[in-house]
Amino acid sequence: MVPTSYYLILAAIIFTLGVIGVLVRRNALVIFMSVEMMMNAVNLTLVALARQKGSLAGQVFVFLIMAVAAAEVAIGLAIVMEIVRHRDTTNVDELNLLKW
Amino acid sequence: TALLVLVIDTFAGEKRWLVWLALLGTIVAGVTTWSLSLGPTLYLQDMLAADPYALFIDMVVLIITAISLLLAYDWLNSHAHQQGEYVALLLFSAVGMMTMGAATNVITIFVALEILSLSLYVLTGFARERLTSGEAALKYFLLGAFASAFFLYGVALLYGATGHFDLVGIGKNMAGTGLMAAAGVALLLVGFSFKVALAPFHMWTPDVYQGAPTSVTAFMSVGAKAAGFAAFLRFFHVALAGSYATWGPALAALAVLTMTWGNLAALNQESVKRMLAYSSIAHAGYALVGLAAGNALGMSGLLFYLLAYAFMNLGAFGVIIMLEKKGSGDLSMSALRGTAREHPLLAATMAVFMFSLAGVPPLAGFFGKFYVFGAAVKANMTWLAIVGIINSAISAYYYLRVSVLMYMVEPDENTTDVATNNRPVLAFALLVALVFVIGIGLWPGIWMQMAQQAAALLG
Amino acid sequence: MELVLFIVFGLLALIGAFGVLISQKPVHSALFLLLNFVMLGFLYLVLGAQFLAASQLIVYAGAIVVLFLFVIMLIGSDTVGDFVAKGRTLSRYLSIILGVLFLAGVGYAVGARAFPPAAGAPDFGTTEAAGKVLFTQFLVPFELVSILLLVAMIGAIVLAHGVWPAPSRRPRE
Repeated sequence: MVPTSYYLILAAIIFTLGVIGVLVRRNALVIFMSVEMMMNAVNLTLVALARQKGSLAGQVFVFLIMAVAAAEVAIGLAIVMEIVRHRDTTNVDELNLLKW
Repeated sequence: TALLVLVIDTFAGEKRWLVWLALLGTIVAGVTTWSLSLGPTLYLQDMLAADPYALFIDMVVLIITAISLLLAYDWLNSHAHQQGEYVALLLFSAVGMMTMGAATNVITIFVALEILSLSLYVLTGFARERLTSGEAALKYFLLGAFASAFFLYGVALLYGATGHFDLVGIGKNMAGTGLMAAAGVALLLVGFSFKVALAPFHMWTPDVYQGAPTSVTAFMSVGAKAAGFAAFLRFFHVALAGSYATWGPALAALAVLTMTWGNLAALNQESVKRMLAYSSIAHAGYALVGLAAGNALGMSGLLFYLLAYAFMNLGAFGVIIMLEKKGSGDLSMSALRGTAREHPLLAATMAVFMFSLAGVPPLAGFFGKFYVFGAAVKANMTWLAIVGIINSAISAYYYLRVSVLMYMVEPDENTTDVATNNRPVLAFALLVALVFVIGIGLWPGIWMQMAQQAAALLG
Repeated sequence: MELVLFIVFGLLALIGAFGVLISQKPVHSALFLLLNFVMLGFLYLVLGAQFLAASQLIVYAGAIVVLFLFVIMLIGSDTVGDFVAKGRTLSRYLSIILGVLFLAGVGYAVGARAFPPAAGAPDFGTTEAAGKVLFTQFLVPFELVSILLLVAMIGAIVLAHGVWPAPSRRPRE
């Protein structure tokens, strides 16, 4: 019976990797992937807690999160396509038309 | 609930209908919401509560949507080819806002937040011919997704600590849960602060406001903030009433940071839209003062402030739409020079909005700030009120700068010969905003009473 | 036994996470992401959430990663050549330090609580059980999510709609 906190620690690590990924990477797509990874880490935490609490609420919420994430991906990729059509790069650095 | 059903039918024929139908839909929704507010509070599986608080928020959102529809009317006719979609997305985000206001369960808040943000991401990227719009959408999207991941993680940790998703449940066994709950609350705060563009998380605001088409910026700046604050207020008051001592000062500090940062940054902005973006950040700071005060007056002050702020900002953006050159999507200060000579009426309305934003007595802005700062003083946070007043003084500078530019300075040679006469709809929207701004200013009592009645629920 | 499974899947998931971060070409990071998602699916199985494990594999590993690969291919992986913050080493190290601090904070908060080991009921995570709860207790968010998906569809079509005959990709629900 692996104590729940192991899962939570693992999820926290993955979440942080996602955060670092978003901060470090310059490519819009990779940033987007790390955000998805963060979402997944949250899902893992919720599932672990759901088991520990014995209630299904957590799992159902995770299911809803998946649907939300899928919708988000659809919109995100459409926007990225939009950008690429105008300019041939997805490097976040180069998209600095809007001055600071 | 009845609330949701009536809202969903507003966009039944959403695809190809013209703006007028959407407007009709908003008005119908408004009327029914009003009638609903007389009825008893009805709960739906502890997820949504159509209580007076939620109905007040809905009324605010509906008014905002109606005016933004008017604002968008000309822009849509001129060159947007997907008019139906624009209107549909606008209404969807309105649905998201309303559900967010009414949500009593963290999951519902999250899903409503997502509906709201997704439709706004798309709307920001709507003016496809201009690259800035696409870029603004990308920035908004990436940071938005990033923030909702934080929000989610906060929710998960809170679930871990308290075992509940609904606000009341969280509130009840929030007491002895120590670190995990604190981390959860902190992460949740990050998510909320991003949505409402509070200080450390407002980086995206100026770029996105400038990039997005002006009518979308108007809607976004006001609507998202109103919904965000509604959920923020409900969450902090219902769920965390007990541990006010911890998050009270934290919010106060955040408010101060937001106010000062927003104001200072707005001082030397060249583009009017960016200036308004920073001013909206500063206003978020003022509103947060109401929340930080934590007492009943603070809450009703916050609700009142949202209402007053909505009209002022919509009006100001409306004037910008009027003055905007075709497709430029942005209006620099210099273009403002000497507008008083060519369009005296327009300049006058802009001046009224600017004064109201700055908080000049007879207008709505003043009373908004007055109630909010009053609440801070009552919650013996006088220092917060003082900082607020100093900030309003700073803000007065750049608001007046706009009016000074318009009136005193004579027009340079390439002033825009903007066609302001053939836009009756836009003029009507400006008129409505103007009437409300002055109306709220002159008779704050009745509005405040409505806000108090709404806030009473939570008190 | 569960400990062994946990260690194996956990490690692989971490490798996946690192891979997304490190790899040069976005296609590689997409594949590492896939690894991460699949491993998480297995972890759900270990945690007794069968229904979620299945949907995780279908939704995440199946739809989202495929969409990523689709877009990467569409854009042409040369233009998408990744630039891992060349020359901006300062900001890179700064963010890593920040990340580690963040991890320490959250990790401690999460780990500090001693969780009583709870034995899940046998049919704990089955589809039927989860479904029951979904439609009784969580009806409202379920409906809201349907609105959300509708918005996503409209949004994707609006954005992808073609000045340039971009392939209008219907998002997978």
